[in-house]
Amino acid sequence: MKFSEAWLRQWVNPPLEREPLLHQMTMAGLEVDGVEVCAQSFSGVVIGKITSAEQHPNADKLRVCQVSDGKETHQVVCGAPNAREGLVTAFARVGAVLPGNFKIKKAKLRGVESRGMLCSEHELGLGEEADGIMECHFQVGADLATLVSEDLPLDDVTVDVDLTPNRGDCLSLMGLAREVGVLNQLPVTYPKHTAVTPESETTFPVEVQAQAQCPRYLGRVIQGVDLSRATPDWMKERLRRCGLRTIDPVVDVTNYILIELGQPMHAFDLGRLNQGIVVRLAEPGDELKLLDGQQVTLDDRTLVIADARGPLAIAGVMGGEGSGVGEETRDIFLECAFFDPIAIAGTARRYGLHTDASHRYERGVDSELQHWAMERATALLLDCVGGTAGPVEETVNPAGLPNRQPVQLRQQKLDAVMGVAIDPAQVDDALQRLDFHVANRTNTDHGIRWDVISPSHRFDIAIEADLVEEICRIYGYNNIPVSQPRLTLPLAEVPLYRSEARELRTQLAAQGYQEVITYSFVDPALQQLFDPASNPLALANPMSSEQSVMRTTLLPGLVDAARGNIARQQDGGRLFEMGMVFQQQAVYLGGIQWGPRQGESWHGRAQALDFYDLKGEVEALCQWAGIRVDYRPSELNTLHPGQSAQLVLDDEVIGHLGRLHPAVEKQLGLSGIFVFEIQAEAILLRPERLHHGFSRFPSVRRDLAIVVDEQVAAQALIDALAQGLDERCIDIVLFDVYVGEGIDSNKKSLGLGLTFQSQETTLTDEEINGYAAKALALLGDRFGATQR
Amino acid sequence: MELENILNQGLAAVKGAEDLRALEDVRVSYLGKKGALTELLKGLGQLDAAERPKAGARINEAKTALQQAIDASRQALEQAKLDAALASEKLDISLPGRQRAGGGLHPVTQVMHRIESIFTGAGYSVVSGPEIEDDYYNFEALNIPAHHPARAMHDTFYFADGRLLRTHTSPSQVHTMESQPPPIRVICPGRVYRRDSDLTHSPMFHQVEGLVVDEGISFADLKGTVIDFLQRFFEKELQVRFRPSYFPFTEPSAEVDVQCVHCLGKGCRVCSHTGWLEVMGCGMVHPNVLQMSNIDSEVFSAFAFGFGVDRLAMLLFQVDDLRLFFDNDVRFLRQFN
Repeated sequence: MKFSEAWLRQWVNPPLEREPLLHQMTMAGLEVDGVEVCAQSFSGVVIGKITSAEQHPNADKLRVCQVSDGKETHQVVCGAPNAREGLVTAFARVGAVLPGNFKIKKAKLRGVESRGMLCSEHELGLGEEADGIMECHFQVGADLATLVSEDLPLDDVTVDVDLTPNRGDCLSLMGLAREVGVLNQLPVTYPKHTAVTPESETTFPVEVQAQAQCPRYLGRVIQGVDLSRATPDWMKERLRRCGLRTIDPVVDVTNYILIELGQPMHAFDLGRLNQGIVVRLAEPGDELKLLDGQQVTLDDRTLVIADARGPLAIAGVMGGEGSGVGEETRDIFLECAFFDPIAIAGTARRYGLHTDASHRYERGVDSELQHWAMERATALLLDCVGGTAGPVEETVNPAGLPNRQPVQLRQQKLDAVMGVAIDPAQVDDALQRLDFHVANRTNTDHGIRWDVISPSHRFDIAIEADLVEEICRIYGYNNIPVSQPRLTLPLAEVPLYRSEARELRTQLAAQGYQEVITYSFVDPALQQLFDPASNPLALANPMSSEQSVMRTTLLPGLVDAARGNIARQQDGGRLFEMGMVFQQQAVYLGGIQWGPRQGESWHGRAQALDFYDLKGEVEALCQWAGIRVDYRPSELNTLHPGQSAQLVLDDEVIGHLGRLHPAVEKQLGLSGIFVFEIQAEAILLRPERLHHGFSRFPSVRRDLAIVVDEQVAAQALIDALAQGLDERCIDIVLFDVYVGEGIDSNKKSLGLGLTFQSQETTLTDEEINGYAAKALALLGDRFGATQR
Repeated sequence: MELENILNQGLAAVKGAEDLRALEDVRVSYLGKKGALTELLKGLGQLDAAERPKAGARINEAKTALQQAIDASRQALEQAKLDAALASEKLDISLPGRQRAGGGLHPVTQVMHRIESIFTGAGYSVVSGPEIEDDYYNFEALNIPAHHPARAMHDTFYFADGRLLRTHTSPSQVHTMESQPPPIRVICPGRVYRRDSDLTHSPMFHQVEGLVVDEGISFADLKGTVIDFLQRFFEKELQVRFRPSYFPFTEPSAEVDVQCVHCLGKGCRVCSHTGWLEVMGCGMVHPNVLQMSNIDSEVFSAFAFGFGVDRLAMLLFQVDDLRLFFDNDVRFLRQFN
């Protein structure tokens, strides 16, 4: 909410400069979000009249004006397009000082003498208008500063205060003044409100059907208004200083009441109303063209103001175009209501609207304010546009008005929550300053108990905690002492069979991967590309189509990150991310790498990454985790069919690794991209590790060179040997793979190193030879392997 | 005199030996089984028994002298050989070593770890919760009923079935209170989502929620915890102030401002020349929230606080655009390795 400091000070004027006052408000929970100068002092500016305006001899866009200040005539060169003969305007004489300490001196413009300056609103800090000089209707010769500061002093700021939803009571000058009064222990001068004596008997029928939603409805007819009249300057100026533009006298008055008292009001053109007002919930088929031109179909939760023909306005939100007041309006019907906040809450949002009225009604308008607002608005309207007012007709449902039950405040509870013993006299004082009525003040075993009834403008006081908050606020949060919770200190639980996520991340970083954080929502096309079988969760209201489905795999984000970096000349890289995938909401670990195996250096030419670089990293990770996984051919068709694998742990697939399928790479405009993705939980779980003893006898190695069909998987040979030989074969290493000269074209040569060791004895040559022979026989039988 | 000649010849030969092999040849030809001095010793038997000891001693003296000369020469030659080898193996140690490119953790992760360490050190546990929530956990159970104006402060992402992406980590409070009895002392870090994007807002960001439930927990305790945390986090004795605010799930509620970490309160661009930075929200857990989670608000009281991790990371690392954290440009990320 925006308000004028000068206006506030007319109601309550604490002995504080601007800065401390605004700071005080911020620290009381009325956060000052912005301060803008809306009026600055100036002097020496009078109302002048242009008696003649002639073309400047040496400049197309300048005019030479003779300006009268009522006593003398001055020659002024002016560039404003509206500088014309007969115009009454703001004239800064030589010696005048404009905002910003800008002094007006005698000058020569393109060879013509100019004694003074004709000013725009903007130049005087009186408004935004900067394209032309002011057009006034004041008495020529009058001092402008005196005129414009008659109502509110110059040197003023528009303060934007950001109010939390519980402080609807501060959405008006009255509420803010009341709060500032409380903070400074000062009385507030409220504007006079006397009832306007009706000069006519005319009323308009009102039927409130939705009594629960509309507990109080005030209506009044004002006949014979003249809407061609302008809003008075003082009102325009006050609205301007609160950030509102002038529209027409009726809207300006209702806006004025909104700002001053916080009561939304609405004016209908009586001539456009049919039979009578009905306050009801919308019915099927109800439609309304709103003031902003939007046509809406109303749902049955919407409270409407209707007449015999149908809805006229969404209650508490916005009026309709068909019943609004215009320049031709002669008679108006003025509405001032109290709507139940629950009935209005959410309505504006359902229709994508947000208005000053709905903002206030949602948060709660003072249910006792309607008569005051109606009388004040009537008086202002009659001043502005004339007319005769009829009587105020009120429809009230007392049962629907806010129920002001006493709320209990216990001294012991208060002290416990605040963490400090508060002097009860301070509580009494705070309650009194806040206009809270203490219905009972009793001494109990647990200290004093206050039974408090809150004033009608406070909608946020329902339970003890609400009162505790108020006391804290008035006491000052920063005056509450500082302590530490006294807590039992159990020792930390450190899981034996699980690594921490941060350890896993650190391991990845140590393996040379740079962590990235990508969005959980991704482009559906990319998601589809990487997980065509899935049916990802789609956001109902995404910010953009590129971020509209929840990822089922980390790959779209990682590939996108890689692609961005490649586009930024990163020829090689390794990235990883650990994060949730949906729908199952499981955490996965994914990695991506591209470019050369190692950066360019003098050690040798850069070699391109291959599958085994990737696999080596995954192996290192599994080693870190202490798990033994099997690598089986992957069936994922997003990966290269011959260069990909699935990771299998205890017969369960826990992840995949491999090069992207060339077709996928082509689609992405990339090449040589290697990825892996693993369930984080599978590598965070740590198997039990126990000491099994180790042999102290020497080990012996025997190397075998064999030739097999190229199709035979190396791991199959190793697995067969591990199974076929006994436990004395403690290690099998594949130290060579050779294809080429000297080997048949469909064959390959493998070098296998077998290490034998016994737990009980030193093995003999005969025993070792036996094993070697057995190994060769086994490989020969099973795989047709021959010794090379 | 023969002995003296042999010795002199031998010594000269030792001197002349240019490498270890030549030296060994000299040793063999004088001191070996058939060496000249060894032969002299063999000839002792032909001498008179009376002369034998004297002659023997002389020959042995000569042998010892020659052996010492050989040893000294060997040592010198070996040293020379080692020196030559070392000289030939000399490397240009200014050349870079073989290494694999370094990786690193994302700055937000680093800050997350820092926060976790600060709190776990004081006995807090770290809990996590789902990122897709239902209306109950994200709003209702936090005292934000359907039409509450506070919902407008959360620009929520919804799914067709009515579920949503959590807008804050506060639902973790509810999950925690539902799953364990007091005393409770937890922090809940994680990703949260709001429909918002500009210099200081991202549709996805990170929060840490803190919750302490026990008997006798007070606002003063909350203040102490928050102040300590901010001072520990920034490793600076920063001033901290509390402003009344409003969150439906806490009461009293406060916004926390910390003295600008950049200018220490003097006023700068980072703090918009106010000297203060708004860094977190906190308050005493609302009795309705405790009750909905079956905690007796007459026996227990609780405080909660929540803050944006990305914002703290921005302040700590002097990053001025939040979106940089999610651009994943390695040139940006590597700065924090």
